[in-house]
Amino acid sequence: MSDIADRVKKIVVEHLGVEEDKVAENASFIDDLGADSLDTVELVMAFEEEFGIEIPDDAAETIQTFGDAVKFISQAS
Amino acid sequence: MRRVVVTGLGMVTPLACGVEETWSRLLDGKSGAGTIQRFDASHLATDYACEVPLGDGSDGTFNPDDWMLPKERRKVDDFILYGIAAATQAVEDSGWKPEDTESLERTGVLIGSGIGGLQSIAETAVTIKEKGVRRVSPFFIPGALINLISGQVSIKYGFKGPNHAVVTACSTGAHAIGDAARLIKYGDAEVMVAGGAEAAICEIGIAGFNACKALSTKRKDDPQAASRPYDNDRDGFVMGEGAGVVVLEEYEHAKARGAKIYAEVLGYGLSGDAYHITAPSEDGEGGERAMRAALKNAGLEASAIDYINAHGTSTMADTIELGAVERLLGDAASKATMSSTKSATGHLLGAAGAIEAIFSILAIRDQVAPPTINLDNPAVESPIDLAPNVKREREINVALSNSFGFGGTNASVLFGKVG
Repeated sequence: MSDIADRVKKIVVEHLGVEEDKVAENASFIDDLGADSLDTVELVMAFEEEFGIEIPDDAAETIQTFGDAVKFISQAS
Repeated sequence: MRRVVVTGLGMVTPLACGVEETWSRLLDGKSGAGTIQRFDASHLATDYACEVPLGDGSDGTFNPDDWMLPKERRKVDDFILYGIAAATQAVEDSGWKPEDTESLERTGVLIGSGIGGLQSIAETAVTIKEKGVRRVSPFFIPGALINLISGQVSIKYGFKGPNHAVVTACSTGAHAIGDAARLIKYGDAEVMVAGGAEAAICEIGIAGFNACKALSTKRKDDPQAASRPYDNDRDGFVMGEGAGVVVLEEYEHAKARGAKIYAEVLGYGLSGDAYHITAPSEDGEGGERAMRAALKNAGLEASAIDYINAHGTSTMADTIELGAVERLLGDAASKATMSSTKSATGHLLGAAGAIEAIFSILAIRDQVAPPTINLDNPAVESPIDLAPNVKREREINVALSNSFGFGGTNASVLFGKVG
């Protein structure tokens, strides 16, 4: 697993209080990992902070799964 | 007329987490004060306070993990954490955990705070300054709003009755309990979870109260001696933090389910000073009217009062309240005991009235008045017994709890033994 994926996973585990092995490629933040809409806003902010990037609101809405996040961040950074 | 009784108690205080743990330390004359541990306060005029003792949950320490999951705790200010902890204790103690729709809709929550998420507001302002507005947490607002203790508790237990919150500075806890009792009397609910919470021991909180010259500043070398109500050497209040929550219940409802009944809410009185933003009216006539209103509400004479838990913050206002109580009691003054438990807990601001209501209730249960510690050299002579330094075992059938707040807002709640 890439360095980016490791760092994203760490943030997800920390913010959503889930076990690391639940954070699979296609795990949905809301449907599988127990996040609500405010949690996802906070997650995106944490990604921005960690990777020093800006994720515009319309792009943030497309980040639904762990895989989506890793993919977006890999392309942006 | 519907009667209202107390069937559950919960608290987090600088003395301990838990009602019995706090009460035994209070009766033993312990102080909750010390040099501030939470952050470096050495640059402030006051570097001491009464902080909730953090720990693993044993021996009366407060372990945040016992009350909220870490991922949920991150989203709320500490005043909400304390409020949820005290409410959880009170609900568990009452045994009232209904599952049917009607019971849930007849159970409400009314927990207030004097200031709310002060530290969260301060931190967020710094975030905006340093990192910009896009870094403001989506949980900032719901984590700092005062009524979110009531919201969180209702979500936790499914209580769908009146959901309300009080904000009247240092009278908050007393107003919350009094107002909640009225809601039950008026028929809006059968059960109310009521109280107050506060967590203002932070840089902006201490600096703010220092600026209005309210806090003690002269006891850096001996913080445990700083809160000394009625003592000649008092020099301001010592800030406390925590929460107190009670479960109030309509008497027949409590009896029917065989609930443990601690005491009855006999009366409740409110008044305004219309005088000054921070100082009480010179002769305490505002507080006196609140006390008289509580007695009138209860249909009792002042001579019925055995114990008074004073507002007594360890400021110049102590003797003003004392004078008002002396006028109220008249010839009966020499038979009453009045103490300020703020001598031990510090001033919990919006939670003060709630924990002090609980102390008044326990005074009735155990027939003992907690002491006013650090009262070595009384500023004035009074016919009223101020229980200096040692608890007073005595008959207590009726207890009055006073709370007065900035803005000139006064509340008195009268509790009685259920025979």
